[in-house]
Amino acid sequence: MNGYWSDIFTGSKSLVTGLLITAREFFKPVVTEQYPYEVPTMTPLFRGHIELIGNEETGQPNCVVCGLCQRACPSICISLEGKKAEGEGAKGKVLTSYVLDFTKCSLCGSCVESCNFNALRFSKEYNLASFDKNDFIMDLLKRVEDQNRCKH
Amino acid sequence: MDTSIWRALFYLVGIMAFAGLNAAYLGWCERKGAARIQRRIGPCEAGWAGLAQPLADGLKLLSKQLLVPQGVDGIIFRVAPVLAMIPAITSMVVIPFSGNIEARAMELSVLLLFALASLGMIAILLGGWASGNKYAIISSARAVSQNLAYEIPMLVTVITIVMISGSMNLREIALDQMGGFWHWNIFRLENGHFLTMWISFIIFFICSVAETNRAPFDMAEAESELVAGFMTEYGSMGFGLFMMGEYLNIVVGACLTTTLFLGGWDCPFGKTPGVWWFLVKIYILIFTFIWIRWTYPRTQIYRLLNLSWKILIPFSLANLLITAALIKVF
Repeated sequence: MNGYWSDIFTGSKSLVTGLLITAREFFKPVVTEQYPYEVPTMTPLFRGHIELIGNEETGQPNCVVCGLCQRACPSICISLEGKKAEGEGAKGKVLTSYVLDFTKCSLCGSCVESCNFNALRFSKEYNLASFDKNDFIMDLLKRVEDQNRCKH
Repeated sequence: MDTSIWRALFYLVGIMAFAGLNAAYLGWCERKGAARIQRRIGPCEAGWAGLAQPLADGLKLLSKQLLVPQGVDGIIFRVAPVLAMIPAITSMVVIPFSGNIEARAMELSVLLLFALASLGMIAILLGGWASGNKYAIISSARAVSQNLAYEIPMLVTVITIVMISGSMNLREIALDQMGGFWHWNIFRLENGHFLTMWISFIIFFICSVAETNRAPFDMAEAESELVAGFMTEYGSMGFGLFMMGEYLNIVVGACLTTTLFLGGWDCPFGKTPGVWWFLVKIYILIFTFIWIRWTYPRTQIYRLLNLSWKILIPFSLANLLITAALIKVF
């Protein structure tokens, strides 16, 4: 009989305590995020796929087509092309295409690290599911133009 | 008693509708309740607030093939889920929902209800046995030992009620408690029964949780150890019937608790007695079932048996003696 009554007493007390805790939780607000209806904002260091940075005034990409990112990429998923700048007193090159093959990208960030002209960054994109592989071969130049159109 | 065919038909349809709606929507209530307690929102896609969810689940289960694995006892395997439903629905025949809503007022309805509750256990035993699956057999053995252990304190507490009311008819027991909450068996002022009856009520409630194989006493299902216990080999509507049987057993348990302890369809203040009070009481009890399930973790089988043999049975026996003494003295 040793401890019989105290077991019953402490047992019943802990059962009631448990019930009171769940009863309190029952009336508290919901803490989960209703994902497809509520979209979370990503943290500053989130690594989505890369994107080009447009010049703040002109909106044109900062890229000078040096090709360092292409060479830094271990997965060979960046391909870019440029041409000589045209017009009076123009110098350097202008970007004509920048294609990222995201199917091979491992998000290592070597391209962003190697860029000396503040032309590349990680996007905050994370809804990237698709049935088609071709959706992940991304034209980043078109992306920066779309962003400009949204802004102006 | 009126024995016209319409009465039988009316109650058949009514009880089937009540049973079907409860079996379907208690699943929804359970999921919503669990979600609220865990601070989620639960089913919300199918219909408004997920109200079409039971319908969607039912359609899904109905359209699935009823797979009978090799090496099972075919006939028993198919009969067991049906046998889980039948006693639960049949029990509703003798439950007095209100003064004039009762399918059949039998003299020994308390005994009939307990006999049917034991039949429900047989369904679990047969299902587990016929599956020819080790998990299933362990689960049925557990279910049987658990049900045997908990039937004793349950019946002993019912004997105290029968002594107080002097009847084994649920209707008589309910009528005996009319006229406000101080007449209900749980708080009964007369003869000083309130001193021990609340303990009886707690014992009875714990036993009905264990009898219906609900968490924290769901040793028969015990997902973490036995996959799904006796339901391991069941898919589609076989599984669906077992689930519905489980929920109906909860409803019957709540109805029985209400009738025996909480005054049946009586109003707490002695006014407007009627079926609505009965429904309010059973749904409060059912909510408590859900609340308990999502509060406590599953116990172990030996603790479960210890609780019954070492605490509930001695307490219910002492209770029986005290009640008898109170009736004799006053």
